[in-house]
Amino acid sequence: MSKPYTPPMPRNWWNTNSAFRLFMLRELSSVFVALFVLELLCFVSQVRRGDEAMNEFVKSLKHPLFMLWHAIVLGFALLHSITWFNLTPKVMVIRRGEERVPDVLVAGSNYVACLVVSVVLWWIVGG
Amino acid sequence: MPDETTTLEILRYHPETDKEPSFQTFEVPYRDDWVVLDAINWIKEYVDGTLTYRWSCRMGVCGSCGMMVNGTPRLTCAVFLNEFHPDPIRIEPLAYFPIERDLVTVMDSFMEKLESVKPWLIRNEGEEKPLEEGEYLQSPAQLARYKQFSMCINCMLCYAACPVTGLESEFIGPAAIALGMRYNHDSRDQGREQRQEVLASDDGIWKCTFVGECSEVCPKNVDPAGAIQQAKVESTIDWYTSLLPWAKK
Repeated sequence: MSKPYTPPMPRNWWNTNSAFRLFMLRELSSVFVALFVLELLCFVSQVRRGDEAMNEFVKSLKHPLFMLWHAIVLGFALLHSITWFNLTPKVMVIRRGEERVPDVLVAGSNYVACLVVSVVLWWIVGG
Repeated sequence: MPDETTTLEILRYHPETDKEPSFQTFEVPYRDDWVVLDAINWIKEYVDGTLTYRWSCRMGVCGSCGMMVNGTPRLTCAVFLNEFHPDPIRIEPLAYFPIERDLVTVMDSFMEKLESVKPWLIRNEGEEKPLEEGEYLQSPAQLARYKQFSMCINCMLCYAACPVTGLESEFIGPAAIALGMRYNHDSRDQGREQRQEVLASDDGIWKCTFVGECSEVCPKNVDPAGAIQQAKVESTIDWYTSLLPWAKK
C-alpha cells in the first residue's frame, strides 16, 4: 500500500542557498526604497513650508546616523536596480523575425535610461 | 572494486517499515567517466537491489532521473562524479514532492497541473481545417515564438528548485505554465482564453515571486521563469485592454 512521506518545508528555506538569499535581499530592498521615498516626501513637504524648515531638515540629514542610513539605502537601491535591470530580458522579449534582440541590449537599455534620467535630474537640481 | 572509491549518501525510505526517511552511505567505484546515475545503478546491481529510483534513457532526453544532488535538482545522467570527487555526494528525491519510496516521488499533482493548462493545440469550434486542405503552415519566425518553451522534457527539476511550489502546493508551477505559453504562442492555436482561466487564476502566474531558480536548473534552457513573467505582462495588457470603452465585454 502506498504511504508517501511528505517532507516538511524548512522554515529557513530562504537561507539554504545563495540564490535564495539574494532573492530575499532583492525583495527586502523594496522596503528600503519605499522608506527613502517617504523621506523624500517629507523633504518636499518641508520645502513647501519655506526656507527655514527646509534648511532645518537638510541640517538634520547631515547627522552621522542619517548618513549611515543613506549609505544603507544606497546599497539596497543599487541592488534593487541592478537585479531588476538584469532580469528585464526575461520579461521583455523583443524579436526581429526569428532572432531575439540580445539580452545585453535589453538590459543595457535600462542602464542607459537610468544614466540619462540621472544626468537630467542632476542638471535640474544642481544647475 | 577499483582502489579509488567515492561516497554516496542516499536518502532511503521504506514506507512499510520507516516513519521517515534517513540517509544510507555507500562506497562506489570512482571512475572519471561515470555519472551519478552510473554509480546508483552500480549500487542497485552489486550492493542493494531494493534501491528504488527512476531512470530510462541515460542521455538527458527522457527526464526521468532527476534528483537532488548535493541540494540542487539535477538530471543524474548528466552529473559526473568528478564534479564532486573526493567529497561525498548526497542524493535525495526531488524536493517539495511526496516521497513514494527511496528516490521515487509521487508525480500525481504535477500530472494534474500539466493537464490543467490544456497542453495541446485548440481550434475554435468549426475552424478546424479539413484534412484534405493539408497542414497549418508556419513561418520560421512563428516557430521561434514558442520553440524554446517546447523543449521541456517534464523532468520536474524546476518544481524542485522553486520554493513557491514548496510553500504553496496549489501553485501550477514553472513547467506547466511554460507549456501553456508554448501553446499560447503557437500561431496554429486558438485556446489562449481557455488556458487563461488556469494560468491567470490565483494558483497560476501571480503566485510566482520570480526567484528565477527554475530557469537556472532547467537542463533544456526552457526558461520557465521567463515564460511566467511574459504571461504576467500579457495578462496585465489583457486587463488594461478590457477597460477600454470599445473592449468586448
